[in-house]
Amino acid sequence: MTGTILITVACLVALGLLFAVVLYFVAQKFKVEEDPRIGTVESILPGANCGGCGQAGCHAFAENVVKAPSMEGFFCPVGGNPVMTKIAEALGRAVEEKAPMVAVVRCGGTLASRARTNEYDGYASCKVMATLYAGDTGCKYGCLGKGDCEAACRFDAIHVDPVKGIAVVNEDNCTACGACVKACPKGIIELRNKGFKNRRVFVSCINKDKGAVTRKACGAGCIGCGKCAKTCPFDAITVENNVAYIDFTKCKMCRKCVEVCPTGAIHEVNFPPKPKIEEKPHEENV
Amino acid sequence: MNKLIVSPSPHTHSPESTQSIMRDVLIALTPAMLVSILASGWSVLALICVSVVACVLLEFLIQKYLLKVPVTVCDLSAAVTGCLLALNLPPNAPWWIAVIGAVVAIGIAKMSFGGLGQNIFNPALVGRVFLLVSFPVIMTSWDDAGSMFGVVDAFSGATPLGAVKEGLKNGMTLSQITADNLTFSQQFFFNAGGSAGELSAVALILGFIYLLCRRVIKATIPVTILCTVLVVSGIFWLANPEKFTNPVFNIFTGGLLLGSIFMATDYVTSPMTTKGQIIFGIGIGLITVFVRYFGSYPEGVSFAILIMNCAVPLLNKYCKPRRFGEVKK
Amino acid sequence: MKKTFRIGGVHPHDNKISAEAAIEIFPAVETAFVSMAQHLGAPATPVVAVGDKVKVGQVIAEPSGFISGYVHSPVSGTVKSVGPRADIAGNLVPHVEITVEGDEWLEDIDTSDTIVKEIPYTPEEILDKVKKAGVVGLGGASFPTHVKLAPPKDKKAECVILNGTECEPFLTSDDRIMRERPQEILIGGAIMMKALGVTRGYVGIEENKPAAIASMTEAAKAFPQFEIVTLKKRYPQGGEKQLIDAVIRRQVPSGALPIDTGAVVQNVGTALAVYEAVQKNKPLIDNVITVTGKCLPVQHNYKVRIGTPMSKILEVAGGVPEKAAKIISGGPMMGRAIANLDAATVKANGAILLLTDEETRRRPESNCIRCSKCASACPMGLEPWLLNKLSRAGGMYDELEKERVFDCIECGCCSFTCPAGIPLLDMIRISKAEVMKILRSRPKK
Repeated sequence: MTGTILITVACLVALGLLFAVVLYFVAQKFKVEEDPRIGTVESILPGANCGGCGQAGCHAFAENVVKAPSMEGFFCPVGGNPVMTKIAEALGRAVEEKAPMVAVVRCGGTLASRARTNEYDGYASCKVMATLYAGDTGCKYGCLGKGDCEAACRFDAIHVDPVKGIAVVNEDNCTACGACVKACPKGIIELRNKGFKNRRVFVSCINKDKGAVTRKACGAGCIGCGKCAKTCPFDAITVENNVAYIDFTKCKMCRKCVEVCPTGAIHEVNFPPKPKIEEKPHEENV
Repeated sequence: MNKLIVSPSPHTHSPESTQSIMRDVLIALTPAMLVSILASGWSVLALICVSVVACVLLEFLIQKYLLKVPVTVCDLSAAVTGCLLALNLPPNAPWWIAVIGAVVAIGIAKMSFGGLGQNIFNPALVGRVFLLVSFPVIMTSWDDAGSMFGVVDAFSGATPLGAVKEGLKNGMTLSQITADNLTFSQQFFFNAGGSAGELSAVALILGFIYLLCRRVIKATIPVTILCTVLVVSGIFWLANPEKFTNPVFNIFTGGLLLGSIFMATDYVTSPMTTKGQIIFGIGIGLITVFVRYFGSYPEGVSFAILIMNCAVPLLNKYCKPRRFGEVKK
Repeated sequence: MKKTFRIGGVHPHDNKISAEAAIEIFPAVETAFVSMAQHLGAPATPVVAVGDKVKVGQVIAEPSGFISGYVHSPVSGTVKSVGPRADIAGNLVPHVEITVEGDEWLEDIDTSDTIVKEIPYTPEEILDKVKKAGVVGLGGASFPTHVKLAPPKDKKAECVILNGTECEPFLTSDDRIMRERPQEILIGGAIMMKALGVTRGYVGIEENKPAAIASMTEAAKAFPQFEIVTLKKRYPQGGEKQLIDAVIRRQVPSGALPIDTGAVVQNVGTALAVYEAVQKNKPLIDNVITVTGKCLPVQHNYKVRIGTPMSKILEVAGGVPEKAAKIISGGPMMGRAIANLDAATVKANGAILLLTDEETRRRPESNCIRCSKCASACPMGLEPWLLNKLSRAGGMYDELEKERVFDCIECGCCSFTCPAGIPLLDMIRISKAEVMKILRSRPKK
């Protein structure tokens, strides 16, 4: 009995030693030489592997940034400026500060302002729906509310609001990786400057139809009247194809456009409530 | 006018649903259940009821309180598992055996893989095999539970397969063992001794025909299994009729028919393509014959099916259907 | 033995409840909205301006590319506007709006009922006439017919197959024209055979149309080059590839064109249009539309001018019943649900089908039970369950390509047959589009 146990133990120990030696030599022989800086950079990166930087993942980003001569063209939207500064330090390079961005849903066509004209009964995916037809409202540009953006988001930062029926961004979680921008078949979502104190002014509509058509379909749509463009003191607003667009690089956030917009299509977010003047309701129905 | 519905094509759907398929399987199992109730009395009915209720209840509880997913017991798949499990037990097995079997079948073999459609192994068979190895005495004692209605002279003792195995072990030859064994018609219509569902070949075949007519299953898997068993056991039998049982005996006794018609054809755990199904069937047939002839258990269908279940993902990967345009002119 | 295709297929209830309704001429409308995108390929370019007077059959738009087509005015009157208008899906498409005034036809159109059998034209003349008449495939794909009648030089056509299968449930327009105008169809077929320089012709008809088979067989006595082939009832027999397989037992290899088997398939409706175009100088300005549905008290087969709003047709047919929940342009298997009833008919419209909620509502999706019914039903021998899985995993385009997702003909057999109610075709369609995009962007060898 004891003999059997001893033999077993001896055998296993011998086997263990043998494998250890073999593994050691194999590890030596097939060692992969890698720039140690890649590991350093990768450890600084957030490790979300979201692909928001345009690379295949964090490791690929690290590899390519180390190979590249400068930091130009590399930006980790998740980590933002602090991470980029750290990487630049680690690589002994200079880096330009980039303004932080956030995803913005450019559709204000909530269930209240945009009547449903038919009922969609297919697979709940914006992509399937968009391939099939214009949508279940009169507006063929607006949010379909089936949540392809929600499915694409890795940071739990965008959700389809069941009451509003459109996608809503959670700014605290949004890293501006751009996954939702790619996922939206209607091209509604845009990455915009996060702005001072997260304050932003934007046109929450991309409807290119003529004013009357837009108005009929949705109470919150941009009718392309151009009042905002005329009011804007900084030339930040352009009206093209019956829809206004605010260039966030020029906008000084005076919010004059918000006041003149007849449909409430221009949204202002995170501003302190104005005294006296009531905040314009977005769901103004026509 | 109401809002029109808009959806991608197709706009119509075949009336068949998961529930209707499972209902058909239950209907197909009815003859076999009736026979076993007639033969062994109400205890079998009680066993079936306990097993079905346990399976359905367990699935309900797991889905509702453990996984917190939508409850899908209405698709009747748990009821089918319950029925098959009961039919795989000895007619006189105590009720708690069925409950333990249900826990293993539903809890371990089905729900832990993610529920219907996700399991690798046939749940009822996992339950049965678990019971077989855990409670060998209960699972292999086929005492006459008292044939009510006096329909048949059920006899106590081992199954035909068990009797053969025992006899061979004791150094007897087959002709000695089977001297007073079953006649063919007995094998075909009713062979007492065995699991609740194995008693009557004709009842099982009735169910098979029903499933074929309703297009619930295709004949591929059962026919391949039976042919394989016929051919392989035929070869052995011709080589040594004193040691190996004859092919007809092999087909009509034991759980082969029950297994090949109702267990091996389980959608979830069988291959998708005809090619895969043929390989699957041949595998089951071979393993069954080898376990019966050379294994220590008298019966090998359950093991055969479970072993071949492992091969299904691989068969699905490598056996592709015939694509359009690939036919030789 | 009756012929059929060799892989897959399903048997939906055929519901040919409008089969006995003879073709009625649809009354004139006040305004016609003629779409410029009535054919596969680039939309046609309008050549009329607001205020122009047009006659029936006058060209109002010209092709803007090789795969494109002429569009003719289906009515006489004044052009009211030229601009975008919503189609049945609600997407904007260029339209020409014409206010109807009387019914004045172009002089060279033969509007009599006399059947002209002699074909005095050369193949080139036939092709030109077909092209100028704006004839497109009326089976659904609306592929320009003249392109199909002029196969590439290295391909040799051997036979013409006229598609009278009408395998979609409910539809009866082809059935009706085969019963009412068999000779014209066969002459149209003969014209196409002359254009292609072939001597063999087939007409494939499914067995559930005995009257059509009888009438075509009778008519074919005068056309010995045609063989009427009775086919088993099985969907999707009317698919081009399936029909070729069923009739001449040849399968189009993956990635190849149907012409590689030597067969040119044309719908019987197209044959009729070709007859009218070549023998009567009448461009494609009307078509037969089945208006059907179990919830409709009366079924109709209307001969409707192109550009008639769907809502108008439904109004004349007796209004939309309260029970109707979905209105489909085409059949229940491959038709398109109409989101915008004000949209006007186009050349390839074959039916307006009304379904009730119970008939059409999708059932909730449940787990795949791996029954492999989808794989058995797929007429292309694909594995829809696998494609669905790969499609949902996201980004698995290499695998999808290997599983030949691009072979999918979108017939809907998989979704139809799935007992778990999984929207297989929805998923396959989006990944097919992605894979096709990748394949197209790949440099050709």
